[in-house]
Amino acid sequence: MTSSAVSPPVSANRTAESHDGKRPLLSLRGVTKRFPLVLANDHIDLDIYAGEIHALLGENGAGKSTLMKILYGFYRADAGSLALEGRPVQIHSPADARKLGLGMLFQDFSLIPALSVAENIALFLQDVGPVVDLRQVERRIEAFAARYRLQVRANVKVSELSLGEQQKVEILKLLLSGARILILDEPTRVLAPHEVTALLEVLVGLRSDGYAIILITHKIKEVLACADRITILRGGRVAGAMLRAEADEKKLIACMFGREMPDVTRRPRSVTAETPHPVLELRAVSTRAEGAATSLKEINLAIYPGEIVGVAGISGNGQRELGDLVLGMISCAQGEKFLFGKPAGRLSIRQARREGVAFIPENPLAMASVPFMTVLENIALTRPWRYARRGGLTLDWAAIRRDALAGLEKMAYQLPLYAPARTLSGGNLQRMVIVRELGLGPRLILASYVTRGLDVQSAVAAQQALLDARGAGAGVLLISEDLEELFALSDRLIVLYEGRIVGTFRPEETDAYQVGYLMTGAGGAHDSRR
Amino acid sequence: MTLLAILGIISSAIYSGTSLLYATLGEVVGERAGIVNLGLEGVMLVSAAVGVAVTSRTGNPYLGILAALLAGVLMNLLFGYLVITRKANQLASGLATMFLGFGVSALIGKDVVGVRIAALPRLLLPGLEGLPRVYSSLFRFDILVFLAVPVAILVWWLLFRTRWGLGVRAVGENADIAYASGRNPLWLRYQALLVAGLLSGLAAAHLTIAYTMTWTEYMTGGRGFIAVALVIFSKWHPLRAIAGALIFSAAVALQLALQAAGVQVSPFLLDTLPYVLTILALIAWGGTRRHSAPASLGRVYLGTE
Repeated sequence: MTSSAVSPPVSANRTAESHDGKRPLLSLRGVTKRFPLVLANDHIDLDIYAGEIHALLGENGAGKSTLMKILYGFYRADAGSLALEGRPVQIHSPADARKLGLGMLFQDFSLIPALSVAENIALFLQDVGPVVDLRQVERRIEAFAARYRLQVRANVKVSELSLGEQQKVEILKLLLSGARILILDEPTRVLAPHEVTALLEVLVGLRSDGYAIILITHKIKEVLACADRITILRGGRVAGAMLRAEADEKKLIACMFGREMPDVTRRPRSVTAETPHPVLELRAVSTRAEGAATSLKEINLAIYPGEIVGVAGISGNGQRELGDLVLGMISCAQGEKFLFGKPAGRLSIRQARREGVAFIPENPLAMASVPFMTVLENIALTRPWRYARRGGLTLDWAAIRRDALAGLEKMAYQLPLYAPARTLSGGNLQRMVIVRELGLGPRLILASYVTRGLDVQSAVAAQQALLDARGAGAGVLLISEDLEELFALSDRLIVLYEGRIVGTFRPEETDAYQVGYLMTGAGGAHDSRR
Repeated sequence: MTLLAILGIISSAIYSGTSLLYATLGEVVGERAGIVNLGLEGVMLVSAAVGVAVTSRTGNPYLGILAALLAGVLMNLLFGYLVITRKANQLASGLATMFLGFGVSALIGKDVVGVRIAALPRLLLPGLEGLPRVYSSLFRFDILVFLAVPVAILVWWLLFRTRWGLGVRAVGENADIAYASGRNPLWLRYQALLVAGLLSGLAAAHLTIAYTMTWTEYMTGGRGFIAVALVIFSKWHPLRAIAGALIFSAAVALQLALQAAGVQVSPFLLDTLPYVLTILALIAWGGTRRHSAPASLGRVYLGTE
């Protein structure tokens, strides 16, 4: 191997830049991508410069990841064009992208745990011969590692590394495979605070060597700490583009969440129970997370009958774990959980459901339905005790059908009862889950992203169903990424950030700005606990 | 037990272990790429029948070996078409391939049942020329026996030291990552099955053209399945497969020797000995399987959008 392959590819970029300081290395024009339910990217323009960190900021679902997947050849854009150093290029596959010098650091690492660090990196090297000399790969790794403070042990299996170390391997992989444009998709999501600082230092080092870096994130602090240029996406469109010098926290948040404040007339609470027991109480509960999951930290939360508690937060900050914890899919590492006034730390999911806990999970296809069973069978699934006859030898299908039809009528939904769940659209699947979970008067409802994928009418019906359940005295934990929905439905609002409750509000006492501020960690999670 | 008897068991273990080793190596390569081929038994049967038929027709055992290799490759590519291109379930496709192999091999072999064919010549293990005939006859092996361990080392080298092998292992662990690295997971899986087909062909060729020198229906007698189990025993590692094949075939040979010596144990019980050993090995490794099986073994790669 020649020494030039070991040293970073700096000089070419520098010359291009010195020639004309403002010529973009990579530009996207009018990139558009439509998925069946959503227009994920709507005529997006983006210019990336060598020797700069370009932050791509936006909420979940703003279209950041889709855009980057188009850039990296995973998706084909429906419209739009790409140019590298002024020349139009086509990217049909990740292989094309890599040939053009693009490298992507995925949110979920693309490392193979069973292979060693050197093997994982060799997999992505274009210039290894038919026979792989791992020693030589290790030497190349060490050269880059020393330069950019990315030290890792090259001969151990990836399964033995921490998440922070795995990320270093990912970055090394990109550098060694000759990437000049690094796309980092939420790189700090899995990192501990000190690792975040270290990563940002690595990025600054790379920038000064002429790499172009695209940093996808929703954390404003990180953007302000290291970005040179910022583009904000909202709802698949470019909502703003500015230089670091022009940006401040307030401006970015306004861009991210939109200026318009939620404007919904709220209904007064219909039930004001005297001396009510909370239907759910969590006392200083912490959980232990595995892998990329978030652990909950010292959660104190009580939900009373007839109340909707909204959970705001950017997904991945502990919402899923909160739902799983309440249902009993994960247990408390510390602290205590009470359901309906009774200790429930060891309650099985079946017992919890029997007590009247309803669960609408984040991903209905994976978590709330068996794709090959019919709608009716899926509806029967979570309440076997209600329908079992003759000691469980038979099921009372007529009763299941009655319940299903009653639920459908209540929500004014229509569903084919005998179609396999996998044939339903995302919206219909969600309707099926709503009918099942809300149809029978639950006492505690865990609702995650209830209206995701629903058309307006169905969404309103689902929201109405939640309000009706509240009216009937149920407590509701409503997890959503739609601030408008949270403001419209919640009696109280909590904000989750990195597994902690960083704010508790009455919706009428706060606004989207304040909530958004806490959601992005801009306020500093530890300071604003209350 | 006399020295001669012990040497006899070793010799017999080497002989019957050779085809087992080739078959295991083939399955290792396929499974490293993420494909379980339960049809191995059927693939071997077709290879064996073709090998015998061609050898008996031409009188040339080397042509027979070539034909067996080709048959193994064709059977594996058929299986590959099902599980790779048509994205069918691997277990169901494997069983279908096996039953197809039963039928097709019976058809191909029907004219050569019991016909004794020209065998591969046997050569004395170098350095043993001075031994008395009773002993030296136990150490005359054919070329496929001598090649078995070098082939195992070659397979190890291919899997662990070459760019191709890295890609194959990556596909078996996570096809999406292999794709992201610029490889074509489907094409790599076909290549792995092709190599596996060659090795299954070698296994069948040794079994018939060197060992039994004749064809009978279902003559593989479950070797294909034992090989699938030995892959787990050897933790998907070609060099450990050598030990696995030898231990299993030594158990078979020991059991035969004990029966021949008239040991007062039910021969039916003795017959189970090798399989009991296999089950014990599977129990012993079972707990660690998660750590050594290719992570996406048995999974269909559907590709990206």
